[in-house]
Amino acid sequence: MIRRRLAIVVAGFGSFLLLVCALAPLAGSTHVSLTRAFDRSIPFADNVDAQIFFIARLPRVIGAALVGAGLATAGVVFQALLRNPLAAPETLGVSYGASVGAMIAITLLPGTSIAGISTVPLAAFAGSLGALAIVYALSRARSRGMSSTVLLLGGVVLTTFLGAIVNFIQYLADFTQTFRTVRWLMGSLDVGSYGPIVAALVPLALAGVGYATLPRTLDLVTLGPDAASARGVDVARAERLALVSASLSTGAAVSLGGPIGFVGIVVPHLVRMMVGTDHRLVLPGAALFGAAFLIACDLGARTAFAPVELPVGIVTAIIGGPVFLWLLLRRVR
Amino acid sequence: MKRLAILIVALVVPAFRPAPADAPKRIVSLIPAVTEMIFAMHEDSRLVGVSNYDRFPPGVEKIDRVGGLLDPNVEKILSLKPDLVIVYATQQELQTRLERAKIPFYSYEHRGLPDITQTVRAVGARIGSTAAANRLADQMDANLDAIRRSTAALPKPKTMVVFGREPGSLRHVNASGGYGFLHDMLVIAGGVDVFDAVKKQSVDASNEMILVRAPEVIIELRYGEPMKAADIEREIRVWDALPSVPAVRAHRVYILTGDEFVVPGPRIVEATRRFAETLHPKTR
Repeated sequence: MIRRRLAIVVAGFGSFLLLVCALAPLAGSTHVSLTRAFDRSIPFADNVDAQIFFIARLPRVIGAALVGAGLATAGVVFQALLRNPLAAPETLGVSYGASVGAMIAITLLPGTSIAGISTVPLAAFAGSLGALAIVYALSRARSRGMSSTVLLLGGVVLTTFLGAIVNFIQYLADFTQTFRTVRWLMGSLDVGSYGPIVAALVPLALAGVGYATLPRTLDLVTLGPDAASARGVDVARAERLALVSASLSTGAAVSLGGPIGFVGIVVPHLVRMMVGTDHRLVLPGAALFGAAFLIACDLGARTAFAPVELPVGIVTAIIGGPVFLWLLLRRVR
Repeated sequence: MKRLAILIVALVVPAFRPAPADAPKRIVSLIPAVTEMIFAMHEDSRLVGVSNYDRFPPGVEKIDRVGGLLDPNVEKILSLKPDLVIVYATQQELQTRLERAKIPFYSYEHRGLPDITQTVRAVGARIGSTAAANRLADQMDANLDAIRRSTAALPKPKTMVVFGREPGSLRHVNASGGYGFLHDMLVIAGGVDVFDAVKKQSVDASNEMILVRAPEVIIELRYGEPMKAADIEREIRVWDALPSVPAVRAHRVYILTGDEFVVPGPRIVEATRRFAETLHPKTR
């Protein structure tokens, strides 16, 4: 039964993702001739169509897919763990942890790189893990009687606190650095090369391995820690694994695309609306739908105001904000 | 006729007088470009406060700092007892407070290149050194005209002026659009802005946009910290990721360093000349 439903979910969301993946690289502010782009007889250095396709658009689509999948699955895990529909990378302060890291790299280590990768994504990754370590410490306190609402409140406070640190660093920075940091905070998927994508794939793959073991425990944890331990689940261990996986995937996503909002909060809700609450279906569904959603948003960002582009974070917020409010109203009714 | 003569005398004579008695004697300038203008008019002895971002010319470091665009230090400004404060037009709150303290201020806005010499004249008139200001402005206009004439007959390469990006990568590339002094400087220096049609001071240039616009020359501006030659070389090679761009193929990606490119003051002439020399190496 579950196998069949899983097959339907994967086939449904998968074909939507494939459709978006096939369309997105073809559309853009300029027309690209596919026959020319794939014509091997033209040297790559002379083939503008091929370069637009392979250098400008394909990395963006792949980047958007990875970031979307990473944020959406992390949102699913956070919401299940905290048994709270508002839990997401941005509400737990994780995105802001990444932002603090990126700000420090932009203003204090300008122009540095490690092994050919700019320090900005590396620092963003470290920052998101740092913020999650704080969330994790709070969640440990929870097992001694702290409710998930308190943990979420802790996340909100952490977000505000880290936001103030971001402001402080921006305040110290000079004008051009401030300009760059503001731009970074809006999110961008124009990754420019495959290097950052490969770098982000490592933590994402690790997170994927973690996720594979999670669905059953998440289902039980959603029922409450007592119910879960009654069925023989080591709750503390399961939570630890879930948090580490979600941190890796958030860190990788934010370091690649910046703190793109609303994907981690809206996509899990939409997917649960479509497939129900079984995490064996929700997790793969959110990964596929999150990827497709962000590719579509980035397509909108690239084409809506061509020839200029919108920061993708603005597009996800404009779509995600009203959708989320609509979901809230629906629950109230 | 007699009235006209009086009018002419009234208009012209003040220009040849030294600073009138009621001219401001204690000036605070929050704008680096205006600070440079006042130095170039040799009126810097009257400057008692400058912004945190003033680095030029030599001598400016001895003057008290009073904050910047976003964080003017009102207490510090008041304590300097200025009789003229030069503020950005957008610093509304500061202006209200200065009004309340009955301190006159001059509101500055920066737009295109022609506005720079206009500002020189207006500031000069405001601080009572019209003659020096007009001399400076005339000289700047003449020098810019000379650059314009020297490049007029030359081919005009399609150029992208980049004033910011993530170091070591081609992410978050900020290029000059078809508006503002960087754009005007490029036109005088004999180039065509690839983003001419986008009437904004700054364009977020994605890799796709750069590939499509295909600039023949890329001029990247770096200011602030000085750069080592090896770093410049490495940052130029970052552009090799876009091999079909004519500027990359013809090895015409340049990194120019110095803050004269971002301070729209008297040094803008020298900055424009460096643009021209970069675009047309033979005119050197």
